[in-house]
Amino acid sequence: MEKKFGVYICKGCGIADTIDVEKLSNVATKDRKMPFCKTHDVLCSPEGVQIIRDDMANEGVNTITIVACSPRVKYEVFDFPGTITERVNIREFVAWSQEPNNEETQALASDYLRMGIVRTQKGDLPEPNILADLSNTILVIGGGISGMTAALSAANAGSKVVLVEKEPKLGGFINELYKKIPTGEYKEPLIVDAGIDPMINEVETHPNIKVYKSARVDKTDGQPGLYDVTISSNGNSETIKIGAIVLSAGWKPYDANKLDHLGYGKFKNVITNIGLEEIARKSGNNGKITRPSDGKEAKKVAFIQCAGSRDPNHLPYCSSMCCATSLKQAKYVRQNPDALAMILYKDIRTPGRLEYYYKEAQNDPGVMMTKGDVTGVSDAGNGNLYVEMTDSLLGEKVKIEADLVVLAVGIVPATRDPQVYLDGLTQAAAKGDDAKKAYLETTLKPEFILNLTYRQGPEIPSLEGAYGFADSNFICFQYETRRTGVYAAGCVRQPMNMAEAQDDAAGAAFKAMQCIEHASRGVAVHPRSWDVTFPDPQLIRCTACKRCTEECPFGAIEEDAKGIPYYKINRCRRCGTCMGACPERIVSFKDYSVDIIGSMIKSIDAPEDEFRIVALACENDAYPALDTAAISRKRIDSSVRFIPLRCLGGINLVWVADALSKGIDGMLLIGCKFGENYQCHFVKGSELADYRFSKVGETLNRLQLEAERVQMMQVSISEYDKLPDMINAFVEKVKEIGPNPFKGF
Amino acid sequence: MAGNNTVLIIGGGFSGLTVAVEAAEAGLDAVIVEKNPYLGGRVAQHNKYFWKLCPPNCGLEIQFKRIKNNALVKFYTLAEIEGISGEEGNFDVTIRVNPRYVNEKCTGCNKCAEACPVERPNEFNFNMDTTKAAYLPFNQAFPFRYVIDDKFCKSDCKNICMDACKYNAIDFGMKPETIKLKAGAVAMATGWNPYDAAKMDNLGFGKVKNVITNMMMERLASPNGPTAGKILRPSDKKEVKNIAFVQCAGSRDENHLAYCSYICCLASLKQATYVRELYPDSKVRIFYIDIRTPGLYENRFLWKVQEDTNVTLTKGKVAGISEDPATGDVIIEAEDIHAGKKIKAKFDMVVLASGMVPNTGEMKRAAGIPVTDDGFVNAPELKKGIYAAGTLKSPVDVARSVQDATGVVMKSIQSLRRG
Repeated sequence: MEKKFGVYICKGCGIADTIDVEKLSNVATKDRKMPFCKTHDVLCSPEGVQIIRDDMANEGVNTITIVACSPRVKYEVFDFPGTITERVNIREFVAWSQEPNNEETQALASDYLRMGIVRTQKGDLPEPNILADLSNTILVIGGGISGMTAALSAANAGSKVVLVEKEPKLGGFINELYKKIPTGEYKEPLIVDAGIDPMINEVETHPNIKVYKSARVDKTDGQPGLYDVTISSNGNSETIKIGAIVLSAGWKPYDANKLDHLGYGKFKNVITNIGLEEIARKSGNNGKITRPSDGKEAKKVAFIQCAGSRDPNHLPYCSSMCCATSLKQAKYVRQNPDALAMILYKDIRTPGRLEYYYKEAQNDPGVMMTKGDVTGVSDAGNGNLYVEMTDSLLGEKVKIEADLVVLAVGIVPATRDPQVYLDGLTQAAAKGDDAKKAYLETTLKPEFILNLTYRQGPEIPSLEGAYGFADSNFICFQYETRRTGVYAAGCVRQPMNMAEAQDDAAGAAFKAMQCIEHASRGVAVHPRSWDVTFPDPQLIRCTACKRCTEECPFGAIEEDAKGIPYYKINRCRRCGTCMGACPERIVSFKDYSVDIIGSMIKSIDAPEDEFRIVALACENDAYPALDTAAISRKRIDSSVRFIPLRCLGGINLVWVADALSKGIDGMLLIGCKFGENYQCHFVKGSELADYRFSKVGETLNRLQLEAERVQMMQVSISEYDKLPDMINAFVEKVKEIGPNPFKGF
Repeated sequence: MAGNNTVLIIGGGFSGLTVAVEAAEAGLDAVIVEKNPYLGGRVAQHNKYFWKLCPPNCGLEIQFKRIKNNALVKFYTLAEIEGISGEEGNFDVTIRVNPRYVNEKCTGCNKCAEACPVERPNEFNFNMDTTKAAYLPFNQAFPFRYVIDDKFCKSDCKNICMDACKYNAIDFGMKPETIKLKAGAVAMATGWNPYDAAKMDNLGFGKVKNVITNMMMERLASPNGPTAGKILRPSDKKEVKNIAFVQCAGSRDENHLAYCSYICCLASLKQATYVRELYPDSKVRIFYIDIRTPGLYENRFLWKVQEDTNVTLTKGKVAGISEDPATGDVIIEAEDIHAGKKIKAKFDMVVLASGMVPNTGEMKRAAGIPVTDDGFVNAPELKKGIYAAGTLKSPVDVARSVQDATGVVMKSIQSLRRG
């Protein structure tokens, strides 16, 4: 595209009251050699926009710089498809946050204008990168209630589905159940048949679903839209084209052998909640609860809640489903009207309408519930047991006799063992080849689920605080994992009950379909779900340093035999972390590159007698916070120039060197909070920025500058009330250090 | 497939936004009908999300950015459903859009509000402060456009805001508009309302000045709330250093809400952190029946709050709340079940963890929506092609609303493909 530039400055909303717009206009035409710069009293008015449209039609203007308000507003007005349009925010960042009519305010507006024009000069119009031969088949891994629901949901929406189940029968844990909790009104009957066979039948006969049983995924190669998945089943192996994946591999009960203080493994009549289902289901028992030691009917059954769950030594989370499960199992016991069920709990957790299920149990005189901390289980003779409790409502220290004890064990996601194993391997490898070898020799390798052929590892990477669950830790965006195209559903994602798992599965299956749709248009998926740009490295200059392949939060970059990276573009979320990581500065997007941002910084005028600070700010949170501060007309020191980044993870240290060697006095990096409760939309971006920031000292040392001239800040979008003061305090600190000695060079 | 690729979404809170942007990004047309002048619903009123303590506006900002970048999402604010008829794949929808009196020329410059001479109670802040009759709902409102509440306009002053506006954005000639459109599927996402705390005689709300609800607490703690984030009590604007939370205020109570509202335990634990962080010398006491923090992260959040020795959790029901007339302090009478005794204690302020009431009213009228005895949408009885999301079916938090809303998109696609 041959660029025809047009620059348009708005005078409204206080802009003309704050700066000399004619002078600013001269910066565009004289300083930056733009062919013309027009001004308008209200550029967003129909008349104002018409000027731009006329220039597009009559003059062929296709590269437009709008010097007005924040790009977060009036987006629908300044929308010119097929053009390069840059919004220069002098309303919020100048008119609404600076002292009017002084030289520094004018200089600030001029710098913003220069930077905006540079961006249009350096940037190009993107075209989507649409890969050929995309598949729209969805692979569902795991044929339990979540997997079957996901498969049926997608199939009924018209998608082809491949379902892989490791057992010879579909249905998962439901096959182990004697009865289930009714859905709906929670009135008698309080236990109903699990009745999974009709659903299994529907899945197995659905024309859009192909089921593999006794099967596993041996290999998942490729990227969204273009996976080659190798499935082995009963000795056969087959490779299938897949578009996206629903991971619904389910869970297993927490290993009760680890709960020896509760007598499991020591006393025959201490069983788990899963064990109780088995007893109730046993043919001939017909629901009767007999005890393992002597086959006698159990008439005094104690349920110990949170057996392993809510315990820092075992599972630090609440498994969510065990309270309701024990209430249900108490009903098994109560099928014999003479029998007593005792539920010993920390809290009864029946949130929402499940409360009614709890109330029904409370109304049953044969179900006794007591709050307290269970400390142990001991022998009471004749196969009976004492459950010891402290802090109970029955007294400080009590012993309750039972003829059967049921441990309400919690859930462990299927993804946990592979993650633990792989994390251990990474740690061992970090210690050297010998340690790695020893680890591989001595550690039992668990069964992997996805078997991705990714450089960053074969499974969903573990997430701090997720204890092996394949979760995102985003409250607002439940289905994101760090493996684009893989959407987790059910108890592999979070602890949940059967009804919740079914809702969850429909959502995950939808996200898989949506991902395929985006791949077919060459558009990124969440959170830049409109973005058609993509990283396009100049590999001729690549030194195979591996930083990009290691740091990409989404494992989108692979290496060839020589260690040269190549992108699996449909995995890429377009955060630009690779661009920031690259010491050779070779990673570019059409509208976002090391050169573009670097040139913007270089376009800032750094006079000898004034301070200049460059603030690189996350466009997702820090930038809106700055806009919001401006709405309250909060003052920010006029020396600061903000440059938005897609994610702070895109920060390249060369910009720091560029800025400081040019006479910029200080630099601020403003990103999202990181750590366990991270807020970064790209999970690891701000954390990686911090890691790079920790190396900035070397750059500054080389330039013989004070390390304090560069600072990183973590802010949230809601800290708009504090952010101006934080920034101003930094400016004061830089002023104390004094001007950058490179000024004027 | 019918010639209709549209999902109608009633309610523009987090569930509705999720349905809309997810559907649009899969290539469907999405139309949101929102009764407020802004999108974001209850989430917009929250200071932080529980357990993660991150700002809800962060997620809203992404959703709004997705809307800005996707022409397939349309939304009407100040709008309500007048009628829905027809069948799955082919619904006829009538929408009434109430006048905003501010048109699309508004730049958000604030001049109208500066000029406006009258104040109105600010329902966004539960009437704890006021706005001008010409106002922006809040500082991160989307759309970023002012609105005029003409109920409060004086007949003789209208020219003041019009004169102040340089952009011809104020238009008192606006009339209610009726819009008709076709939709293949309908997603109801009208959310919830807090249970009316005044219905609980013994808990003093409305009579004891320093008894507030948990939603009011969100606004007090928010930097864009009535006290700019300082937690000050209503009677005398004193800093709240000694606070109590009363759990199950209405919930799990046959006389009020028989169900558990699910969010209140985590909400109070979260709000305990607001007070503790703001005032390091403060004390917090939470009266509860069961502490319900189910899930992967939630229980560790409970531990984190419990680690703070200035937070006390007391199992026991609150019997009565009264006011110390001399000081405005709040006196709680409660049982302490573990200690086996009755206690009486004084606090600067008391927060009622009031529960969630599904907001089905408008839709029952519009579409004959089946509801359960306790007021939730009876989902299995819904007409084909109509779905309910989030808190309409059961009390849930934002995470579970998102999950559910995403599932509703799947069901809507099935409707469009069937229809």
